[in-house]
Amino acid sequence: MRIFSFSQPLNFMRLKWPAIILSTLLILGSFFSIATKGINWGLDFTGGTVIEVGFANPADLTAVRQTLTDAGYGDAVVQLFGTSRDVLIRIPLRTDVEQAAVGDSVIKALNAQQAEPVTMRRVEFVGPSVGAELKEDGGLAMLVALIGILLYVTMRFEWRLSVGAVVSLAHDVILTMGLFSVLQLEFDLTVLAAILALIGYSINDTIVVFDRIRESFRKLRDTSVDDTINDAITSTLNRTVITSLTTVLVLVVLFYMGGALIHGFATALLFGIAIGTYSSIYVASAIAEILGISREDMLPPPPIEKEGENTDALL
Amino acid sequence: MLNQNPLWRYIVVIGMLLLALVYALPNLYPEDPALNISATRGGTVAEETRLQLEQSFRSANIAAKSVVLEEGQILARFNSTEDQLQAREIASQQLGANFVTALNLAPATPDWLTAIGATPMNLGLDLRGGVHFLMAVDMKAALDKNLNDMVQTFRTDLREDKIRYRNVQADIDRGQVQISFRTEEDVVAAETALRNRDRELVFSTASDNLTLLVSISEIRLKEIREYALEQNITIIRNRVNEIGVAEPLVQRQGSDRIVVQLPGVQDTASAKEILGATASLEFRLVDEQGDLAAALEGRVPPNSELYYTRDGRPLLLEKRIMLTGEHITGASSAFDEYSRPQVSIKLDAKGGNMLSAATRDAIGRRMASVFIEYKPGTEIGEDGNPVLIKQQEVINDATIQARLGRDFRITGISSPGEAQNLSTLLRAGALIAPIQIIEERTIGPSLGKENIELGVTAIQWGMVCVLIFMVIYYKAFGLVANCALVANLVLIVGIMSMIPGATLTLPGMAGIVLTVGMAVDANVLIFERIREELLDGRSVQQAIHHGYDRAFATIADSNITTLLVALILFGIGTGPVKGFAVTLAIGILTSIFTAVVGTRLLVNLFWGGRRVQSLPI
Repeated sequence: MRIFSFSQPLNFMRLKWPAIILSTLLILGSFFSIATKGINWGLDFTGGTVIEVGFANPADLTAVRQTLTDAGYGDAVVQLFGTSRDVLIRIPLRTDVEQAAVGDSVIKALNAQQAEPVTMRRVEFVGPSVGAELKEDGGLAMLVALIGILLYVTMRFEWRLSVGAVVSLAHDVILTMGLFSVLQLEFDLTVLAAILALIGYSINDTIVVFDRIRESFRKLRDTSVDDTINDAITSTLNRTVITSLTTVLVLVVLFYMGGALIHGFATALLFGIAIGTYSSIYVASAIAEILGISREDMLPPPPIEKEGENTDALL
Repeated sequence: MLNQNPLWRYIVVIGMLLLALVYALPNLYPEDPALNISATRGGTVAEETRLQLEQSFRSANIAAKSVVLEEGQILARFNSTEDQLQAREIASQQLGANFVTALNLAPATPDWLTAIGATPMNLGLDLRGGVHFLMAVDMKAALDKNLNDMVQTFRTDLREDKIRYRNVQADIDRGQVQISFRTEEDVVAAETALRNRDRELVFSTASDNLTLLVSISEIRLKEIREYALEQNITIIRNRVNEIGVAEPLVQRQGSDRIVVQLPGVQDTASAKEILGATASLEFRLVDEQGDLAAALEGRVPPNSELYYTRDGRPLLLEKRIMLTGEHITGASSAFDEYSRPQVSIKLDAKGGNMLSAATRDAIGRRMASVFIEYKPGTEIGEDGNPVLIKQQEVINDATIQARLGRDFRITGISSPGEAQNLSTLLRAGALIAPIQIIEERTIGPSLGKENIELGVTAIQWGMVCVLIFMVIYYKAFGLVANCALVANLVLIVGIMSMIPGATLTLPGMAGIVLTVGMAVDANVLIFERIREELLDGRSVQQAIHHGYDRAFATIADSNITTLLVALILFGIGTGPVKGFAVTLAIGILTSIFTAVVGTRLLVNLFWGGRRVQSLPI
């Protein structure tokens, strides 16, 4: 069984300019949304307190809000979390009370109102300095990851491909953050992890295509650059689609069965993988092509590892 | 002939898989609700205590699975959480304040697995429930105190050297001490004198040439910070032991942070109270004239108080306090010239003067160090939290050999361990930098359990989906890839259980699910390559050989870059992100191994080196 079986390479590069215009528009749109609507940063980044409590019966959110207002937490955001018995309460950073004590005092206030005591499921308090540091660290992690990849790909391949790979990664990250901004989904620590995982996944995809481009350049002697790239993309298309499919399969499972805490993670990766698959075909290769990659750049051939040597080393 | 493997390869791969399987096994056994009973500082748990406990559990009709004494702690296992809670009541009633009873989940690993060091994976707090605190040490307070100490010291030093000064004051914002003089000669003389006393000082003069600016060297600053952090960590460790938590974690993070993780603790309010409670230290003279026997009967002399040492020996101490712990700037254990253990103590200038005055007429008398701490009792106060009880104990008493000053030492300590312990307590009583909780995460036990279940179901169903897809798409080769996928999961779990530092968190589980999805990638690459080679008209054996050969370079390149990302995540991330990075990195390595080496063996076994006309791919 095969998904695609082509006798002729598909002409992917014919669409390179429309693809680049589309990507540019999407990136500009993401930036616009991030600039105007901003990103709905989660507790991990903003600091504050999140309290998840379980009620014995389906919770009455209005009553909970009233209780909290009476207790002096009028700025609390109350919502259901996962089920009708689980309530998530967010309280922004405050200056008037002892920060770390907010969680305890909220639970006490709720217990005083309820006939049956609520169960504390989760209390998270993040101080203002921690949140700011996390944003910095996360940004730094992405930056370092991109630079690391830039260097590695330049070393193993060629600088034009390297630029293509990094631009396509940045493209994936920006679009995913744009999606979170447009839909105002909460951007928490797990989403950051997902975006970093996405960088890993997307570079994997891109490298597979690049590897094939390098090979095609050496195999097809009298073919234009466009056709060579088309040949490489076509012959890896099956693999690209199947791997994306299996990964999407498990992510869908994770989305539906992984629980509410992991929703953001699954959403970011599902979207990111769709974008990443597109970008490793179009953005990465097209940019390398526009930058003027040619057969000469791929020569003299870098040494290819012998399969035997490497398996021996692994054992 | 192509595509044949030597026997040793099969043996090595099968051996590795079996090893991983054995080490993954402990995760299948459920955990027992258990009690951990340990003695508070200094005490020991004896076999008698164990027998007593066993007896009282029996008489209360609680069926304990086992009650054993190991490594100075009693571990009692029960069949249910109800039994465990009931047993805890009994145990804490019977044993009193000298023992700490902690609830615990003890892994029910069979003995033969424990014997080879196989233990279940460490679960993160998000999976097992508990409290996580991140605390910041207030370094500014430590540095400010140091500046104020310097002011006192300079005054004394200059007076002793008979150098006249107008004023000595601390400039906290600039982190320096300003000393103003009347003449420039005095400035020079003071600089020489102070430099001779302390080589780590940095001097400069203000524009008026009459003010000497003194700051401390970078090295000393770093020392002060390190000291403040270490001191806090020591204190928190001691306190955590008092809360009664099985497997607590107290760890430094960065230059001024401390991570505290208390698995199983739900009552954060009391945990915070205990961690934040202050300890202090007092030096007092021993009242040797007083009648100890009468005091024990309740007739304590008016100027004295009755104290007990750690081993329960009563002592009469004078009410007057010679010195309090806040003047201690350092305490360390070492050996004296006869290589007997000793503790050297450093005081600030004011403390030195106070002690010097107090010991002038007390040579030959005994001086006791009293450690004071607040500990939660069994009684519950109005606010619903346990009432803190003041606990005082004499940690040392020694004869004053000479008039004491800013540096003195306590000798005649029985063992190096005891000296270490004493210096720790002395430092704990002299806390110079307060701490603040900057992050707190509490996960309830029910949520932890749910998270595990959700994670496991997601992994199971994710696996099933991928397994079915692979068989449909690649037929027999799909089965081979599926074997690799299952082996991959076993390897991940086995390795995670083997590495002592690896902790499984919820994002970590997401990482495993993702690896399951991505692990087939290597096989997809190989199989697609083999199909291409077959389409190009190569023979079956050639196709297998070239398929693996060509795909490997691609697999290596793409996975090394992903591994690079995982390493960066591990290096920069904290907590959950680190957990995710660990599983991702392990997953990448194991998937290369199973997908490339493992499947090659199977493919060679079934189709390699034979006259096969076509491949079921």
